[in-house]
Amino acid sequence: MTSETGVGASVKRKEDKRFLTGKGRYLDDINRPGQAYGAFLRSPHAFAKIKSIDTAAASAAPGVVAIYTGADVAADGVGGLICGWAITSKDGEPHKAPAHPAIAVDTVRHVGDQVAFVIADTLAQAKDAAELIEVDYEEMTPVVDGAAAVAAGAPQVHDDVPGNLCYDWELGDQAAVDAAFASAAHVTTLDIYNNRLVPNAMEPRAAIGDYDSGNDEILLYTTSQNPHVARLVLSAFVGIAPEHKLRVIAPDVGGGFGSKIFIYAEETICAWAAKKLDRAVKWTAERSESFLSDAHGRDHHTTAELAMDANGKFLGLRVNTIANMGAYLSTFATSVPSYLYATLLAGQYTTPAIYANVKAVFTNTAPVDAYRGAGRPEATYVVERIVERAARDLGISPVELRKRNFIAPDAYPYETPVIMTYDSGNYPLNLDTALKLIDYDGFAARRAESESRGKKRGIGLSSFIEACGIAPSAAVGSLGAGVGLWESAQVRFNPTGGVTVFTGSHSHGQGHETTFAQLISEHLGVPIENVEVSHGDTGKVPFGMGTYGSRSLAVGGSAIMRAVDKIVEKGKKVAAHLMEASAEDIEHANGVFKVAGTDKQVTMAEVAFAAYVPHNYPPDLEPGMDETAFYDPTNFTFPAGTHIAEVEVDPDTGAVEVVDWAASDDFGNVINPMIVEGQIHGGVAQGIGQALLENAVYDPDTGQLLSGSYMDYTMPRADDLPSFKIETTNTPCPGNPLGVKGCGEAGAIAAPAALMNAITDAIGVEIDMPATREKVWRAAQSAQQAAE
Amino acid sequence: MTAPIIVTLTVNGEPVNRAVEPRLTLADFLRDELGLKGTHVGCEHGVCGACTVHLNGATVRGCLTFAVQCEGAEVETVEGGTDSGRLKDLQDEFVARNALQCGYCTPGMLLSAAELLEQNPAPSRDEIREHLSGNYCRCTGYQAIVDAIETTARKRVELER
Repeated sequence: MTSETGVGASVKRKEDKRFLTGKGRYLDDINRPGQAYGAFLRSPHAFAKIKSIDTAAASAAPGVVAIYTGADVAADGVGGLICGWAITSKDGEPHKAPAHPAIAVDTVRHVGDQVAFVIADTLAQAKDAAELIEVDYEEMTPVVDGAAAVAAGAPQVHDDVPGNLCYDWELGDQAAVDAAFASAAHVTTLDIYNNRLVPNAMEPRAAIGDYDSGNDEILLYTTSQNPHVARLVLSAFVGIAPEHKLRVIAPDVGGGFGSKIFIYAEETICAWAAKKLDRAVKWTAERSESFLSDAHGRDHHTTAELAMDANGKFLGLRVNTIANMGAYLSTFATSVPSYLYATLLAGQYTTPAIYANVKAVFTNTAPVDAYRGAGRPEATYVVERIVERAARDLGISPVELRKRNFIAPDAYPYETPVIMTYDSGNYPLNLDTALKLIDYDGFAARRAESESRGKKRGIGLSSFIEACGIAPSAAVGSLGAGVGLWESAQVRFNPTGGVTVFTGSHSHGQGHETTFAQLISEHLGVPIENVEVSHGDTGKVPFGMGTYGSRSLAVGGSAIMRAVDKIVEKGKKVAAHLMEASAEDIEHANGVFKVAGTDKQVTMAEVAFAAYVPHNYPPDLEPGMDETAFYDPTNFTFPAGTHIAEVEVDPDTGAVEVVDWAASDDFGNVINPMIVEGQIHGGVAQGIGQALLENAVYDPDTGQLLSGSYMDYTMPRADDLPSFKIETTNTPCPGNPLGVKGCGEAGAIAAPAALMNAITDAIGVEIDMPATREKVWRAAQSAQQAAE
Repeated sequence: MTAPIIVTLTVNGEPVNRAVEPRLTLADFLRDELGLKGTHVGCEHGVCGACTVHLNGATVRGCLTFAVQCEGAEVETVEGGTDSGRLKDLQDEFVARNALQCGYCTPGMLLSAAELLEQNPAPSRDEIREHLSGNYCRCTGYQAIVDAIETTARKRVELER
């Protein structure tokens, strides 16, 4: 039953009021009593030995409380930052995990690497003092490009990582792929670069460490997507404090997109320094620090080959990728170009043989880790660009070629050659829906009209697939994950009938406070205004694995449903007692308990009250109405869909206008269509940003980040984007009780290939992302000259 | 650079008198001296628009304006626009259309939108997009924001008829 506040309703967001009135509380809005301020001195060099650090003048500067270097951190036994996913190279060796100190000890390995932390009474004093620190560096030649890092004679980023090779990993049946190519009628090849991105959540990262000496407890505020994981890592691996003496709060967080999953040096140092000084210490990133120190995304060099028979049926896919890890391994970095990438190379197709080889390499650049989509956009980009090229090579329409190779709607569960078992889907339906949305049949006329104005019009498809949820724990554990990827939830009725839901999923824009409340409203009949969703505080929420991989609803929402089941089960016993019936005869729906076959009923509110005022209560039942559940899914979820981009290119200026966008996505059941729509819009916008504008560029000689500000790194603005036409199809996910698949990353996964395919269609030449005006202009000019 | 200077101005209709360092930006002044945390700092180099406030009725970057430049000026922030009701219909439409996600850019977005609708009561979608192009939003893809502003404009025009 769909009510106005239940499942399937576009309920307006409960969290909006505070954000619209300036009452949101983001980290930098918070101050602690007696708080001092920290500023990091960061390396100006990409690769250098630290010969000496002289802090004398800085220490004497006004207001300075303390200055810490890597030696101080090491002397206190603070562990280095870790990477929590073990990858085994094809020779059986574990991946190389070089030391990652929170403050560099004797070598800096990228511009922005932490060199010292200055704490002072005011922020200005801390920054002023940091400028007085004298560091004697011995510069070394850096390497910044992934492909260059594996070349013979490349600079060695870490002494203990020969050839800069973190791992050399493979997936799939190489012999089967070789056989497929031997029998192929046609082979299409592709050589592409997936550009490096800076996530750029609008709120910069920040942290406050505080210490309660009376209880020997550290309180850490941090801009995190997963505060419990931060606590676990800081406790178990970094050794800041035992988990029961470390409370982590992630308050309102201004966007994450993956970049706030990770456990960073800065929060580690704030927590440690607070205890050392017995004083709160706050650090807030400047935007230029965010550019230098937030984990970046993507940065893959890939060659791919697709073998086909004479009818364009895919026979085999061979993919070789070099993935740039940056200077150190970020928290989940190793999983991104391996299990989150190569496992999706089947795309939506029946390609029977796939082999991928991935070399992950160190360079003198910021660490690279999960950014919206994380491996899955890279996979879709490879598959959907090579399919487009294959269609052009074979002279088959890209629509037809996709349809010839789609997994059929009745083929589920479908096992791919790269270890995934797709659970459900209807790929032809999504493609047809998107074609209709964009009026594909009318494209020829629109192209002719553009041509009449001297413009080049193009249309491009991207039929993407992703694996979301990132679970079950046993599966990810067998693939190398260091943690379980379940989620927990607590549903607590108050005696007066209101409900607080504690969830381990963190919301930093996704609208959990509304979507999760809808689940309670729908299933327990509680008015939505009486439901409060609490998240982001390890002192309140029992446990959590956090928000990433579009997992919050599929895993976190399912945990809530399990807690709801427990509430109902207990409620039946209470209701049976109140109505003098047997618990087996009690039926529950939407917060009303009935004795089957009678008109006797009690409401959830009455049951909850009885549970807390148990004057008339079952003798063998615990009082209270407060249930906690953990949920571990049975499989990944597999959202999929087709996005179509239509562009108009001005060959005289290279300007690309995105004139239309159609998307048909299958996210399984949808709880709040309005929120889902917002997620698609935002994801597509970031995907368009990657394809058209965004590019993190390091100077190959000096290792300086050339695009280290908003003057150099361009993100989509309101006037760069079209309005999007979107529809959702729905094949319910069989793997979780809600039947949901996850929608947070789809747009960013689908969009780049669609847009680049459209540009290729317009100008007749393939180029790499980002399709800047200069690049498009040069390509359009050369295409024109070749034609003449 | 660090010797305090007295600055006298009006913030959200209230007279304010403070001694501030010349290097203190208006954004930091509002946040740290006056506790008006709705003005957000996103880039500190005048590009992202999160720190947008109104100075004598026009939008400025709070991060590119020094507090001492505001001598005698009238400053309005999202808190002031909320209390006065000036932003109310925009705020309502932002809720109705889900024109915000993480909320970090939202105060600046509202103040830019308010300025547009005062200059141009019936803007086209392209004009709305153009006017918002000084405010980055990383979450929404802007479409819902454009919708919300367009609807607010339409309703205001209808009200005046």
